Parts: sequence; C-alpha cells; structure tokens
Amino acid sequence: MIAASALVLSACGSGGESGSDYMACMVSDSGGWDDQSFNQSGREGMENAKKNLGIEEKLAESQGDADFKPNVDNMVQQGCNLTFGVGFLLEDTIQEAAEANPDLNFALIDSTFSDADGKPVTIDNAKAVVFNTAEAAYLAGYVAAATSKSGKVGTFGGIQIPSVTIFMDGFADGVDKFNKDNKKDVKLLGWNKKKQDGSFSGDFENQGQGQELTKQLISQGADVIMPVAGPVGLGAAAAAKEAGDVNLVWVDSDGYESTEYGDIILTSVVKQISQAVEDTIKEGSEDKFSNEPYVGTLENEGVGLAPYHDFEDKVPEDVKKKVEDLKKQIVDGSLVVESESTPK
Amino acid sequence: MTTDISPAAPSAAPPPESETEDGKEQTLLQQIMSGSWLVSLLAIVLALLFGGVLIAVSNAEVVAAAENFFAAPGEFFATLFQTVGNAYSALFRGAVFDWDARTTERAIRPLTESMVSGTSLILTGLGIALAFRCGLFNIGGQGQVILGATIAGFLGYALPLPPVVHMLVAAIGGIIGGAIWAGIAGVLKARTGANEVIVTIMLNSIAGYALGYLLKQNWFTHTTSANPQSRVIDDSAQMFLLLPPPFRLHFGFVIAILATIFVWWLLERSTIGFEFKAVGANPHAARTAGISVSKVTILVMIVAGALAGLGGAAQVLGTEYKLTGGISGSIGFDAITVALLGRSKPLGTFLAGLLFGAFKAGGYLMQSQTGTPIDIVLVVQSVIVLLIAAPPLVRSIFRLPTPVLKRKED
Repeated sequence: MIAASALVLSACGSGGESGSDYMACMVSDSGGWDDQSFNQSGREGMENAKKNLGIEEKLAESQGDADFKPNVDNMVQQGCNLTFGVGFLLEDTIQEAAEANPDLNFALIDSTFSDADGKPVTIDNAKAVVFNTAEAAYLAGYVAAATSKSGKVGTFGGIQIPSVTIFMDGFADGVDKFNKDNKKDVKLLGWNKKKQDGSFSGDFENQGQGQELTKQLISQGADVIMPVAGPVGLGAAAAAKEAGDVNLVWVDSDGYESTEYGDIILTSVVKQISQAVEDTIKEGSEDKFSNEPYVGTLENEGVGLAPYHDFEDKVPEDVKKKVEDLKKQIVDGSLVVESESTPK
Repeated sequence: MTTDISPAAPSAAPPPESETEDGKEQTLLQQIMSGSWLVSLLAIVLALLFGGVLIAVSNAEVVAAAENFFAAPGEFFATLFQTVGNAYSALFRGAVFDWDARTTERAIRPLTESMVSGTSLILTGLGIALAFRCGLFNIGGQGQVILGATIAGFLGYALPLPPVVHMLVAAIGGIIGGAIWAGIAGVLKARTGANEVIVTIMLNSIAGYALGYLLKQNWFTHTTSANPQSRVIDDSAQMFLLLPPPFRLHFGFVIAILATIFVWWLLERSTIGFEFKAVGANPHAARTAGISVSKVTILVMIVAGALAGLGGAAQVLGTEYKLTGGISGSIGFDAITVALLGRSKPLGTFLAGLLFGAFKAGGYLMQSQTGTPIDIVLVVQSVIVLLIAAPPLVRSIFRLPTPVLKRKED
C-alpha cells in the first residue's frame, strides 16, 4: 500500500513547477461548495493555496452521506498528500482513512476526532481544524444588546450541533455581560444556554424556514437577530429587511461583503476557515504537518468580529471601546468565554 | 379471499386490454410503461450526449477554445472531444473497470462499487415499481428508506445478538419499518381515498424530521457525542462482505437479486400479483371481477414499503454502519427514476438500478480526477427521466414508428 502510494507520489512529482508536487484535496459535505458557509470557505482556502503556494488541488463534492467514503477513497487513491474533510459528518471517514494510510495526512474542518463513545482521540496523521467562535460571538452579543432598541435580541441555528451552538452560547454570554455591566435587562430569544435548548430551522438549506423563524422572533419583539445556519440566514435577512427596523448579526464570513444585505448587517462573527486551510496546506507542503489541533481564537485571529461598515456611526463610541476592552481581556486570558461546545 | 376470485380472474383480464387498445382509457403510467427497450436505451444515449454538451460548456478550456473558434476550429474540436472524452472515460473507469489502477484489485473494484451503490436503489426501485404496476404513485420511497434504516440501524447497535442472526433481525426490522410507513399511505388511500402521492410525500418529511429528533436523543443514539449521529452498529449486525477489503460489496447485493426474483414471481406467477396488476390496469374492471381494490391497495403499499425499508436497511447495515440525518441520501427519489427507466419490470428495475449505481460510482472518479461538476451526473439522470416520460419525443427525434398499442405480457 505504502509502496503503491509512493509510486503515485513520484508520478505526481514529475509535474514540473516548483511546489506543484504537493497535492491537497478536499471533500465537501452535502452542503456543497456554494453553501455560503464552511464548504465554501474551505474551498476558498484551497484556491488561495493553489494560487499562492503553487500546489495541486483536487475537489470532490458530496451529495449525500453515502458519498463520503468513495470520495475520500478516491482522494487517497490519487495520492493526495493532505485530504480535508469538511464538517463533523466526515469525522469517521477521515479517521478510518487516516488510520489505513499512515503515509498520508488528513485534516477535518469544524470537528474534532472522537471514538465510538464520543471521547476525544488523537491520530498521528490527522489534524482537527476547529474554531472557538464563542469568543467572537460574545463580542457580537454585547454589541447586539447595546444597540437593541426593543430590549430583545434573537438567534436561531440550523441544526443543533456543537459548531452551531457555540455561536449561540457566546452570543448569550455577551448579552448577559451587557446586562450586568449596564444594569439592563436585554432578553435573548431563541436560545437558552443553561438548558442548551432553542430554535433551529432543521437544516442548512431551507431559507423559507429561516424566514419563518425570523418573523416569529421579530413578532416577539427582537430587533437584532443572529442566524447561525449558513444560507438559511438569507431567509432571515429577507424577513428582517421586510420588517424594516431589524438588524442582523451575520456569521462565518463578513456578511457585508458576502451577501446583498449589507445595509442591515450590524456586524459579523467571522470564522477564518479559508486562512486556516491555507495555513495547514502550507505547513504540509513545507513538511511541517502536525496533528496538533488548530483552534481559531480571537488571539490568533482565527475568529473575529467584522467591521461595523454602515453601522460605524450608529454604534455608540463607548460600546465600541468596551468591545475592544473585552476583546483584549479575552486575548490576555483575564476573561474566559465558556461553552459546552468549546473545542478541547 | 384469493381462492374466491381465481376463477373469475381470467375473465377480468380482457377488459383492460381492450380498453387500452382503443387508447382512450390509457393512463400516462401505462403509456410510460408501454415504451420499448429501445426507447430506454436511446434515452440514455441522448442524455449522455446532452451531458457531454454541458461538460463542454462548464469547462474553461473548451470555452476558451470556442472563443477562438473561427481562428482555429480544429483546436476547438480537439479540446472539445478531449474534455468530454476524459470526463466520460473517468466515469467509465469509476463505474466498470479502471485500467489506470495500480493493482488488479483496484482495477476491478469499480464494478463492485457500482453494485454497492446500486443495491439500495434496486431494492427501493422495486418497491416503487411494484406500486406503479398497481397504478399507485409511491413517492414515499424516501420516507420508507429512512424508517427502514432507522429501525435496522437501531436494532443493529441496541441488541446484543450473535452474528448473522443479528443482521437478519435488523434487516427484518427495516422491512417492518418501511412496510408500516407505506402501509399508512395504503390504508388512508383505501379507507378514505386520500391521494397516495400527497400522503407519501408528507410522510417523507415526517420520517426525516423524526429521524432528526431521534438523533438528538441519547437513549436512541447510544453515544454521548453531541453531534446528531448514532453509535456505529455492531460487527454482528453488518451485512458481511462478499469479497475481502478493499472491496465493499456486501450481502445486501444478494438480497437485491433475491428481491428481484421475488417481485418477478409475485407479479408473474402468484394470484395476488395478478390482482395487483388487474387493479393497476383497471380498478373498475377489477372490482367487477370480484377483486377487493382496497385490500390490494393496502397490500401493495405494504410490500412496496417493505422493499424500500430493506433498501434503507442495506444502506445502514451494508455500507454506512451508522445513522445520520442524511442516511437516505436521495435514494428514495432516485429510485423513482430507476423504476421508470426499468419500465416497472423487475429485471428492468434491477438493470436500471445497476446503471444508476454505476453513474454514482463513476461520478466520484469523474469529479475528483477531471474536476467535472458532479451535478452533470444528476442532469444526465434527469434528462433520462424526461425522455422516458415523453416517449413520443424520443420517437420523433429518432423517427421511430409509433408502436401499435398492444400490451404484451413479458
């Protein structure tokens, strides 16, 4: 097996251009490459790496869960030096492939590796790429609470999985922090951190469902809403726009740039997936691959709060200053944002 | 009941046939099913041609060459044929035989992969085809697959049983799950006349959300993982492999063959199957002949659901080994295409299932090696359905004679 892979590697090596003998591959989950979420960001990272590092890339889009194994297997057969799986659904497949092919490297985006009982495990040739988005969502929660006129903010998720609820946990704590500091009582609708229970649209596809959920939150009085559901958030944006005086906190990318709803996007909780992918490929192509998980934080700028853009003048100066302070406290460790879903 | 009507049965056959002959009472379903093998074959060829056009259009090199078409037409055609040729040869290598593979095992593995992908499609397709033959549009394959997979998967990790027995128990659980789910639609249709298309579609959503709910419950998933997925099923419940790894071909494929033979026997050799077809051909005539239409409706849905449920069980016990929200993929909907392409005949459905399995298996390689969008495969499949559903169109394209509408039994 190893000899066979080496054969392919040497075959690829005859490609020519410098650096092009390193092949990075990525298998999406069923969201596809245009999901306006982690698959898309992951692919951007691949494209950037191809451009900046001159590596070869192979992409495979999965249309269903049954596609994971054949897609990853194909990547292995083609001798991909580093194969990314996007999303927790690919965890087992990547884990199996990593164990069967110790000479190749693997990485998993947005999830860590665990055994059958859900206990974390480490694999020598596989790296988990995860993000402590609670830190950035905490700041967004603070801004949202500070700018809410109705005294109610809302959130909802796509599916109740750790990489989604971690946003909601951070957001909830940020709102609490604002209340504590200012003796206010801004309420959060759609998520209860203590009970780990809230509103979910049920998938990452149905924008109509997102629109419906958002309308409900608005009718309950929420005027700043954070949808954590990839493209379903576009439904939320449509509902917010229709309502008029409702603003959004976008997630994953800077929504001011990635969507057409920039004028109602207060800020965004950004997750630098594409940068992390590019960095991981860079390490690999320089023969420095490590199985040490990558955890994006405010400190390493793997997560962050996007600029306010159109809301630059509407967010009060003292709030902006306070957010900067909080960020500093989180970075230096004096303030710890905790979530059950924090990657360990 | 069955013995009562057997004597009357032969006399029940002529009315529907005479009615189809004058063409007035011919339903769309019957028209689709009366298409010849040639139409199916030509539909596949046309769809592949159409797919070739799309592959060319979506390829940057071809588009670039097209811009210089008048300066260098030769180059354009060379690029065009090379691109489409590469894509389809990768499709073939991924689905049948990979002459570029490094080992002999790997070279012949693609064909077995097509069988693996085809297994659930064949089983579910048979369920859809059976209902079609009885004049019922079972659009609920998806829900029945989900229910089958859910119960089979749960029994697969929740029960401590010895090998083989465990697998059989789990598979039977899947059969019952699918049968109950389709049976609901059958009972509603028979008792209240509720349209089975609407009911089965609704049951698809219910099954999907029910699985989503169950995957959040720890008592169901048997794992503490916060992600919505179940524990991996026990080794004893896995459908054993027919060939050693890296092959994935499992016992489910044998089940698919047996199910095909069973459905053939049911439709062509059994009394109850005759009733199914009689109701499908003309329910009024069947009723006059003493067949209980409501009984047949319920029964055919139960058998159809059982087959689809088995498809779901094969998916979770044969290849996936655990339950996730997307366990059913698009099997339930692809199976409708499979049944249509197979003209609702058991052997036809079997072959169509294999073909679609081959598309799936080949699509993986085509995508990863040539960068051709996987959606092309979906388009090819969809065009096939379109052409199958519109046989007159295919006939006029190829100037085939309009067939004499005389239904021959196989």
